Amino acid sequence: MYQQTTATQPSQAPMKPQLTVKGSEPNQDVDSDIVLDVRNLEVFYGSFRAVKDVVMPIRSNKVTAFIGPSGCGKSTVLRCFNRMNDLIPAARVGGTIMFRDENLYDAAIDPTEMRSRIGMVFQKPNPFPKSIYDNVAFGLRVNGYTADYGDAVERSLRRAALWDEVKDRLKQSALELSGGQQQRLCIARALAPEPEVLLMDEPASALDPISTLAIEDLMNELVNDVSIVIVTHNMQQAARVSDETAFFMIDPNDRAGYLVEYGMTTDIFTNPADDRTEAYITGRFS
Amino acid sequence: MPRDEFERELRFLQQELLAVGGMVEKAVANAVDGLRRQDLDLSRQVIFDDDAIDARRQDIEEHCVNLIARQQPIATDLRMIIAIFHIVGELERMGDYAEGIAKLSLELGNDPPLKPLIDIPRMADKAIQMLHKSLDSLVTRDVETAKQVGVDDDEVDALYDQVYRELLTFMIEDPRTITRATYLLWIAHRLERIADRATNIAERVIYFVTGEHVEIQEASAPGP
Repeated sequence: MYQQTTATQPSQAPMKPQLTVKGSEPNQDVDSDIVLDVRNLEVFYGSFRAVKDVVMPIRSNKVTAFIGPSGCGKSTVLRCFNRMNDLIPAARVGGTIMFRDENLYDAAIDPTEMRSRIGMVFQKPNPFPKSIYDNVAFGLRVNGYTADYGDAVERSLRRAALWDEVKDRLKQSALELSGGQQQRLCIARALAPEPEVLLMDEPASALDPISTLAIEDLMNELVNDVSIVIVTHNMQQAARVSDETAFFMIDPNDRAGYLVEYGMTTDIFTNPADDRTEAYITGRFS
Repeated sequence: MPRDEFERELRFLQQELLAVGGMVEKAVANAVDGLRRQDLDLSRQVIFDDDAIDARRQDIEEHCVNLIARQQPIATDLRMIIAIFHIVGELERMGDYAEGIAKLSLELGNDPPLKPLIDIPRMADKAIQMLHKSLDSLVTRDVETAKQVGVDDDEVDALYDQVYRELLTFMIEDPRTITRATYLLWIAHRLERIADRATNIAERVIYFVTGEHVEIQEASAPGP
């Protein structure tokens, strides 16, 4: 199972000049290798407990994939990482999620500012009905960016491997792009405020196979400076792109999703520790 | 270009395989050199170095398994990984033969040589050339070069025959030479097997390039 390294050095959230970074004291208990530390997470929708007992340290600069059958809570857990569940009135989150040395659910956290540091890309490309340029600049504007937008827009589009395809038509509507391009634009928009974490909820399931592979290659590039957490229904995709894999299931007794196994992707896909993981990844799951 | 990461992994796998090929070439050359010059330290070194070949083989096999599990290779990619998986096994066995030669050299020790060694080093040179050629054919994806390895193997078999007959003559003429002659015969046999395994590698390369299983090896050599 997952080996958590012992804390040796105080960690510090990397400074992002254009954004406010909460000035908390470095915490001796925080492992600098861990970007999100999930402790006893549970999520309720009204009285129904949808997810229970999730304990997982998410590593910096790695791709972590969540896999599991429909309804196992993997998207719910992902959405907790930038408080998207706040938007659902009946949702309630228990346990803690430490983002470096801050508790994400601390009352002092401004969710909007936090979402610029933990960005999200959704299943269906959702560009705004605006120009390509404005789509990326929007993310910056929301976050109070004051320097030259142009440079930041270009940088984000380059990082999303889209610049060469759109540099001559930045003023065109984003809706004229192909599905794969739109998704990369959404990634560029999420990257614009230079987040530390990028959450991806089925980012390629609405795309054709070639666009899917383009997104996967992009993830390989991005992970050098962003930590990525991806939910995917496509097990092969998890195997291809991720460094670490978490397998979730539904407890038949209370229908709550829970974490079965979490470890290095190579181990999960060649020699999983849990029989339930083996059954699922080999397609013998009923 | 899609699948950059996978491409990188495949290139890495091939480089690792070639590195093991280089280690095995060196092992075979040193083993026969140690025998010829009665350099017991060199023979001991060959025995010692074999562990590194074994370990590297394991790493490559593991890498192949991980690539299959994680990248879902098909067509040429799949054949390449399967070929490399087999080839690294052949290389590891060749390393074991080199180690065996080194051990026999230590048995022979500093005993006066039966005769000046000519055909055994020649067999070794030829076998090393074959190994080199088989791995070259992998890099260049060249079926003709791979097939040539099968032709070369006939020469090694012929040399082995010659060594066998010659050593038999020594033994018949003077039974006191039997132990030393037998050790030399075993050494020649290992070299003959090394050449056979180079042929196996060439056959794997042909499978990788064409998808066809072909036997390029003529009837194997007689003898013990």
